Amino acid sequence: MEDPIAELRRVRTERLRWHSRRALLELDLVLQRFWQKQPEALAGEQAEVLERLLVMEDHDLWELLSGRQDAGDPVMQDMVVLLRQPAGSF
Amino acid sequence: MSVNVTVRKFDAVIVGAGGAGLRAAIQLSEAGLKTAVLTKVFPTRSHTVAAQGGVAASLGNSEEDHWHWHMYDTVKGSDWLGDQDAIEFMCRKANECVIELEHYGMPFDRTDNGRIYQRPFGGHMSNFGEKPVRRSCAAADRTGHAMLHAMYQRNIKVNTQFFIEWMALDLIRDAEGEVLGVIAMEMETGEIHAFHSKATILATGGSGRIYYSSTNAFINTGDGVGMAARAGIPLEDMEFWQFHPTGVAGAGVLITEGVRGEGGILRNAQGERFMERYAPNAKDLASRDVVSRAMVTEINEGRGCGPNKDYVLLDITHLPPETIMKRLPGIHEIAVQFAGVDALKDPIPVVPTCHYQMGGIPTNFKGQVVVPGRRTMNEEVPGLYAAGECACASVHGANRLGTNSLLDLLVFGKSAGETAVDELKKSPKPHKELPAGAFDKTLARLDRLNTQKNGTSVHETRLTMQRTMQKHAGVFRFNDLMKEGVQKILEVQKDVQQTEIKDKSKVFNTARIEALELDNLIEVAVATMVSAEARKESRGAHVRDDAPDTPEHPNGRDDTNWLKHSLWFKEGNRLEYKSVTLRPLTVDTIALKTRAY
Ligand SMILES: Cc1cc2nc3c(=O)[nH]c(=O)nc-3n(C[C@H](O)[C@H](O)[C@H](O)COP(=O)(O)OP(=O)(O)OC[C@H]3O[C@@H](n4cnc5c(N)ncnc54)[C@H](O)[C@@H]3O)c2cc1C
Repeated sequence: MEDPIAELRRVRTERLRWHSRRALLELDLVLQRFWQKQPEALAGEQAEVLERLLVMEDHDLWELLSGRQDAGDPVMQDMVVLLRQPAGSF
Repeated sequence: MSVNVTVRKFDAVIVGAGGAGLRAAIQLSEAGLKTAVLTKVFPTRSHTVAAQGGVAASLGNSEEDHWHWHMYDTVKGSDWLGDQDAIEFMCRKANECVIELEHYGMPFDRTDNGRIYQRPFGGHMSNFGEKPVRRSCAAADRTGHAMLHAMYQRNIKVNTQFFIEWMALDLIRDAEGEVLGVIAMEMETGEIHAFHSKATILATGGSGRIYYSSTNAFINTGDGVGMAARAGIPLEDMEFWQFHPTGVAGAGVLITEGVRGEGGILRNAQGERFMERYAPNAKDLASRDVVSRAMVTEINEGRGCGPNKDYVLLDITHLPPETIMKRLPGIHEIAVQFAGVDALKDPIPVVPTCHYQMGGIPTNFKGQVVVPGRRTMNEEVPGLYAAGECACASVHGANRLGTNSLLDLLVFGKSAGETAVDELKKSPKPHKELPAGAFDKTLARLDRLNTQKNGTSVHETRLTMQRTMQKHAGVFRFNDLMKEGVQKILEVQKDVQQTEIKDKSKVFNTARIEALELDNLIEVAVATMVSAEARKESRGAHVRDDAPDTPEHPNGRDDTNWLKHSLWFKEGNRLEYKSVTLRPLTVDTIALKTRAY
């Protein structure tokens, strides 16, 4: 029988992976880069921060991820900085 | 495999909650019909959000304008492949649809006296092509986003039922050809449901992800188009795709024309400003298709840059950094994020990038899906409608004008909804019984995916498809390459039939969703390649090197043999053709002419 906690984490992560499907290609690409570096299920805290970012409207999220605005919350801004790390070309 | 399929009944089911789907839903729900809207993502995360330029309507708020001029521009833009009845319908309805949107709460930009502000946009002219006209209505740079919000709120008010994070898989069609709804998967549970309906509207958006370089978000996988093809409905004019000259190589993100407007220069591997050879006057500011073709010629002749010599460079390093930061905000960040270059110091790698799908599911101007039948080439499929980028009305013909697609989805979304309401009210009847085995094919497809051993990788297969499309059916087309492309894409199709997913879990399985999306993408890709190879002329966005500009065939267009719509059928991978409707609804035909700007 599978571990129910691990399954909950998997589902939460997969849902976030799907919520990373956006209307703007710019966001898709930045978030894809994050997921490629992140094959495992996300830890609770990281999942929570990402959830908070992903409920944002696309244009507002791009303002953060393109560095034009600050998230205004240190924990969220740390996540933004992590997402923004360019990895060269796609 | 034993799978329980829950059946839900609605008067109407709409697949897609972008601009087209939301507009259609308003019409149905306002009429008191029980309406379901299915969407893969939250409605206001549909790709319509990306549209910034605006929506066209000849309101004439800033200067004189007329729907007939708009119609002329659209026919000309379409290189005469657009149906003139549908084009007249769209241009005449534009004002009404935009004003309705205003009443739904859309925050359009305003003039000083409070009217909707309008700005000029490429290809939109006054007085039958005389000079540019202000016809585009926008809400700052968030037009699409504001549009979706206004229409989503309206839908909530009129009790449309949303099924968010539900993926439609197939149409349900009976032996008489009537469409009775869709089969869909709830992502949260992985369960399969049937939406049994009297009217079904496909509004699933574009399929731009068939190309390697695409400005489209990942969500644009042509699901409705694939569903239609599998249900025996032909796809119209799939060879016509609009490309934008400057997408960041490998990523696709658009770099606006404004960059070249500010003095950005295109260079090849030798550092040469090659546009001087192709367009000595306009140079880097020549029209989109001229620039795109020049770029591809440079790459094909070995003067591309990078290890694979497969892109050219957009150079702004000679511009003062202040100009870049002030006039082109965002470009610096895009270059850093998606090309890994500091555009102040190094040029940006760019390639012509797929932007918009002109073809799609064939409809008439009432939004009804039409197919060749015993009596005519345009017989309605009972119960089935389509609108937006997945549909082909056909108003864009061989080439779309900017800001006409947001208009398309408003007008034909509404019209599809209206027609469905009329049909349902005209002959009220109970739900027609679902045919025996209605779900078999879909369940077999899911079962195949679940049990596939030693199969192919979804990611790799999709990448091969995208590279094949880019190389063999890109912005500039070559006979031999297309012939080879047909063989190659059929090979890829075999791989798609054998995709394997490692994760078999039911709940929120994104790997399964992506595999199912690939089933749709490949239908679009095959249709595109086969239709492109077969069309032996150049027209609009379909440009062949063996159909060049000659006195007999200006721009390579051959009206004698090719003034007709392609129809690709999945069954037998074959093509038929139908004539273009040259007769508008009330005005005179806009006569064939060479398209020149
Ligand atoms: C960068 C960019 C800028 C643009 N700018 C402009 C502009 O300024 N003006 C203009 O006129 N046009 C513009 N366009 C084109 C225009 O935005 C699109 O053609 C238009 O928004 C498409 O709208 P739609 O309603 O057909 O589809 P979309 O908005 O793409 O919506 C599709 C919907 O279908 C749903 N869906 C898809 N498949 C399924 C499935 N299997 N099951 C359930 N739901 C599904 C999705 O969840 C989504 O809700 C632009 C395009 C791009 C890429």
